[in-house]
Amino acid sequence: MSAPNKSYDPVEVADLSPEAIDAAVATALAAIAAASELDSLKEARLAHGGDRSPLALANREIGALPPAAKAEAGKRVGEARAAVRVALEQRQVDLERERDERVLIEEAVDVTLAYSRRPVGARHPLTTIQEHIADVFVAMGWEIAEGPEVEAEWHNFDALNIGPDHPARTMQDTFFVGTEDSGVVLRTHTSPVQIRSMLDRPLPIYVVCPGRVFRTDELDATHTPVFHQVEGLVVDEGITMADLKGTLDHFATAMFGPDARTRLRPSYFPFTEPSAELDLWFPGAKGGPRWIEWGGCGMVNPRVLDACGIDSSRYSGFAFGMGIERTLMFRHDVTDMRDMVEGDVRFTLAFGQEV
Amino acid sequence: MRIPLSWLSEYVDVPVGETAESIGERLVSVGLELEEMIRIGDDNTGPIVVGHVLSIEELTEFKKPIRFCRVAVGAEHGHPDTPGERGIICGARNFAEGDLVVVALPGTVLTGGFAIASRETYGHISDGMICSERELGLGDEHSGIIVLPPGTAEVGADAYPIVGLGEVVLDVSVTPDMGFCLSMRGVARELAHQFGTQFRDPGVELVELPAPAQGEPHECAVEALDACDVFTLRTIVGFDPAAPSPNWMKRRLILSGMRPVSLAVDVTNYVMLETGQPLHAFDRNKLRGPIVVRHARDGESMETLDHVQRTLHPGDLLITDDRGGIGIAGIMGGLETEVDENTTAIALEAAHFGSRGIARSSRRHKLSSEASRRYERGVDYVLAPYASARAAALLLAHGGGSYIGMNGVEAPHEPVRIPISVDLPGRTAGTPIDRAVVVERLRAVGATIRDDQAEPLVVEPPSWRPDLTDPADLVEEVLRLGGYDAIPSTLPQAPVGFGLTESQRARRRVGRALASAGYVEALSYPFVGDAEFDALTIPADDPRRNVLLLANPLSDEQPGMRSTLLPGVLNTLRRNVGRGTTDVAVFEMGAVVHLREGQSPRGITDPPRPDVSGRPSESDLTTLEGLLPDQPLHVAVALAGSRTPAGWWGPASDSSWADAVEAARIVADAVGTELMVRSGATPAPWHPGRCAELVVGDVVVGYAGELSPRSCEEAGLPRRTCAMELNLDVVISRARGVVTAQALSTFPVAKEDVALVVETTVSAQDVHDALVSGAGPLLESVRLFDVYAGDQVPPGKKSLAFSLRFRAPDRTLNVDEVTAARTAAIEAARVAYGAVLRG
Repeated sequence: MSAPNKSYDPVEVADLSPEAIDAAVATALAAIAAASELDSLKEARLAHGGDRSPLALANREIGALPPAAKAEAGKRVGEARAAVRVALEQRQVDLERERDERVLIEEAVDVTLAYSRRPVGARHPLTTIQEHIADVFVAMGWEIAEGPEVEAEWHNFDALNIGPDHPARTMQDTFFVGTEDSGVVLRTHTSPVQIRSMLDRPLPIYVVCPGRVFRTDELDATHTPVFHQVEGLVVDEGITMADLKGTLDHFATAMFGPDARTRLRPSYFPFTEPSAELDLWFPGAKGGPRWIEWGGCGMVNPRVLDACGIDSSRYSGFAFGMGIERTLMFRHDVTDMRDMVEGDVRFTLAFGQEV
Repeated sequence: MRIPLSWLSEYVDVPVGETAESIGERLVSVGLELEEMIRIGDDNTGPIVVGHVLSIEELTEFKKPIRFCRVAVGAEHGHPDTPGERGIICGARNFAEGDLVVVALPGTVLTGGFAIASRETYGHISDGMICSERELGLGDEHSGIIVLPPGTAEVGADAYPIVGLGEVVLDVSVTPDMGFCLSMRGVARELAHQFGTQFRDPGVELVELPAPAQGEPHECAVEALDACDVFTLRTIVGFDPAAPSPNWMKRRLILSGMRPVSLAVDVTNYVMLETGQPLHAFDRNKLRGPIVVRHARDGESMETLDHVQRTLHPGDLLITDDRGGIGIAGIMGGLETEVDENTTAIALEAAHFGSRGIARSSRRHKLSSEASRRYERGVDYVLAPYASARAAALLLAHGGGSYIGMNGVEAPHEPVRIPISVDLPGRTAGTPIDRAVVVERLRAVGATIRDDQAEPLVVEPPSWRPDLTDPADLVEEVLRLGGYDAIPSTLPQAPVGFGLTESQRARRRVGRALASAGYVEALSYPFVGDAEFDALTIPADDPRRNVLLLANPLSDEQPGMRSTLLPGVLNTLRRNVGRGTTDVAVFEMGAVVHLREGQSPRGITDPPRPDVSGRPSESDLTTLEGLLPDQPLHVAVALAGSRTPAGWWGPASDSSWADAVEAARIVADAVGTELMVRSGATPAPWHPGRCAELVVGDVVVGYAGELSPRSCEEAGLPRRTCAMELNLDVVISRARGVVTAQALSTFPVAKEDVALVVETTVSAQDVHDALVSGAGPLLESVRLFDVYAGDQVPPGKKSLAFSLRFRAPDRTLNVDEVTAARTAAIEAARVAYGAVLRG
């Protein structure tokens, strides 16, 4: 750096002349503007904003000026350098943005290529609809009861007021284990779970029992020897048939929408009295809303309460049951029972993880 | 039960405006299920009238014999040229001059669109058609034309009502508690209450019979009064065996689904349909000695009407004479004493048999009849003499002969009285029902209430309702007659519950986890047989083949209950591959059946049957539980083909034993159970070198890996099919409890990789465990990241590369600490497995 020099006239120092400064700024701005890449901008920064740039060099000369001239020259150079710095920053921002935009375009891929490399699986709709049903009742405070598939005849028949001569107790309908006299069957309905609930659970009882049951039917489009049911059981003080109706109406709307409702028709089951057939008004039916036979229900026969040691003069209850396959068939328009039992993955995959 | 509405309306007034549909709806609302509404020949239109065959001209010049008939058809229906008559060509031969026939006149369109017109044929003008049953849509009979019994119709009369055209028949199914509705009588009673109209009971009008003529009515006795509490036998002699059944009776039988046979048989069927009382007509002249009702003796046999020789059981109730059985009571008569075309003397049986005995015999002989269906459900116990009088009167009216009286046996009947709180129906329905309404409805079903102000009400059910035994039965009657639609809808408030059990939640998680990992759930049948086990090369003495056997399997090939899910899940896999899904991964979750120690595959023979009048004793309940096998929940997967398909990302990867093992880990992770995978004993069908034993705690819970090549081949599975099966109950039972959160160290981690050379037979898991035990508490994790065998290591050796991470909870580890821990880990592996640090 030069030493101060009293006789030094800034006007005479060519580098500090307004013309020279303006020219340097103009050159710098032109170079900045001409930089089309971040790399060339870097060069322009070195050339025009760096320590060896004309303006930086000019700045050093200011010290050599007489005090009177310093202020003016300093101001001039300072403004010039600021102008260059702003231009550099602006250009930097612009070029970075351009680069980013370019990168995003260059890196673009065909996103339609992407799909699951590991094929996704599915749960069987018979499983998920049972869970759906369970959830409806759990939300009401009920619990899910379970029992064995190979079941004592006493639980499957006797305790349910199905006497020894009842037609259901023949080999026409029931799978017997070992011999016809072994006292053990493949449960023909989920009702023995009701018996187990009444024997084992404290009162009051609010349970649903989904599960697999067995009848000696050959597989065809509408029958299967192995199928699923869900039953509900309530035993409490003051339980009425109106409670049964209300519960079924709620269940129907939870499964089939707000327009669904139920209708009861007199019928007969040994384990309920009064007994009823349960019809469902199914708003989503193919071909328009209609009544569909959905299941059976009734007030728990006091004889059944007696067999489980429940005081039938104090407690009353209701029970209902329906076939899961049948429910799935009309809810989802499944036309062939075999599709549900053969395990063809194409059938199940269509349902995904939930129904 | 088929109900011709015209017959039904004899006993109940159907209000004007009611239709077949509305009657059907009423019956449904009282508990009769409407199976079908049958409209008989209702698509015939135009003039169909009764004709009288005046003359028959046999035309023989054609290929088949043809008749040209002159038929009187009534003054207004005759041809203009031949007043009151028409000439008609007819090919049938089952009629004669003088017979009454059914004639479709020109202008008629018969069922199926067959238009009748005057036309020339066989050289004559045929001016109408003489009709068969089938041509009118009445039935299948087409072997001849309809011949009406003489004197049963006016010539020229409209034939529609006479043959039952346009008749509507309701086919209803009757639940076991409504046996009384297996009769016009019972259905009419229900309908009368629904309409609020008069009911005319055909069951309790005692028909006037002529005073008995000279002679002894056939004798009878009952030795088994407990099974037969009423037995009556009326005797008719001088009966004309050729007398036809009246046309109206035949029509009603046909409409009800029965085939007319002969007057004697038709009358018994007709009265049964009308009243619900089964009847049986014996040819009295074939009887040897008095009729005795008794139980069968060992070794007895007889031939029933259906020509089957039946070996009888001491539980069978028999109708006998001196020779032995002549009928299985309440089910079917015997062939030897059947009425036939020569029968001139009839012994007419009407009796009341206990329903239980009939049901058992019917089942024992696999023989169900119109009679047994009614007896099983319960027949009105006072009805027998009324119904047999009605039948006798019909036989005499249409078959002539003389009535010579009745013999009978009757046991005293204990009346049933049911006390019921008058508010019970209302309390059950959830809405009050007035005393007057309760009383009125119970009386409407036929019950007797002597004091309608009593509390409780004492109700005597009617004789035709043996099903009414409990107050709850009466409640149903009260609510049923009022209609279930009258019951309000309320929601009961359950106490707060605990939601799903841990096991239920765990099963859902397992299902979701496997599905998310690409497995598709299938639910296969649980039946197995030798073929499945053989195909999987499971040896004969393997405990898995000791399966619970069914007494009546659907197929003799599969008599057992599955002890493993593998046959089912592999069958599902094979079916999918067969249908073209060659890359397939399936899973199944379900119970298997394992016999307990000492249990026989055939069960026991004399199980306890605790009384149901109260809760069984705990020891009885325990005994019942002891009958059942273990039924643990298993989960299994099977997979074949590609696990990842080929794609733009690269080539396909085949599903392998590792996927199967991973599936086990997915299950364990979903449950939250620590699963140990080790090599160990691997039973069939597994590949001994490619199967892992799955262990939880000290329990082997299952296997995962590749199936042996022989099993794949024998079972028709793709090569290298892989599978996994484990006992989910055990896995769930060993789930970790509530997780205790760990304090996280924020000090830096120190990473060390080590490659250890060991014998190829040493398992990675063992080396892993040795490193863990040697490294001490500073070790945060260890992970196998490479396995190498080849030129760079000696033959018979392999290199296992592990990544170790060390961290302290309270400080930054220095190099010496990390080196010491690393060295200790390697040393432990060296001591245990001869592991050498790879240079």
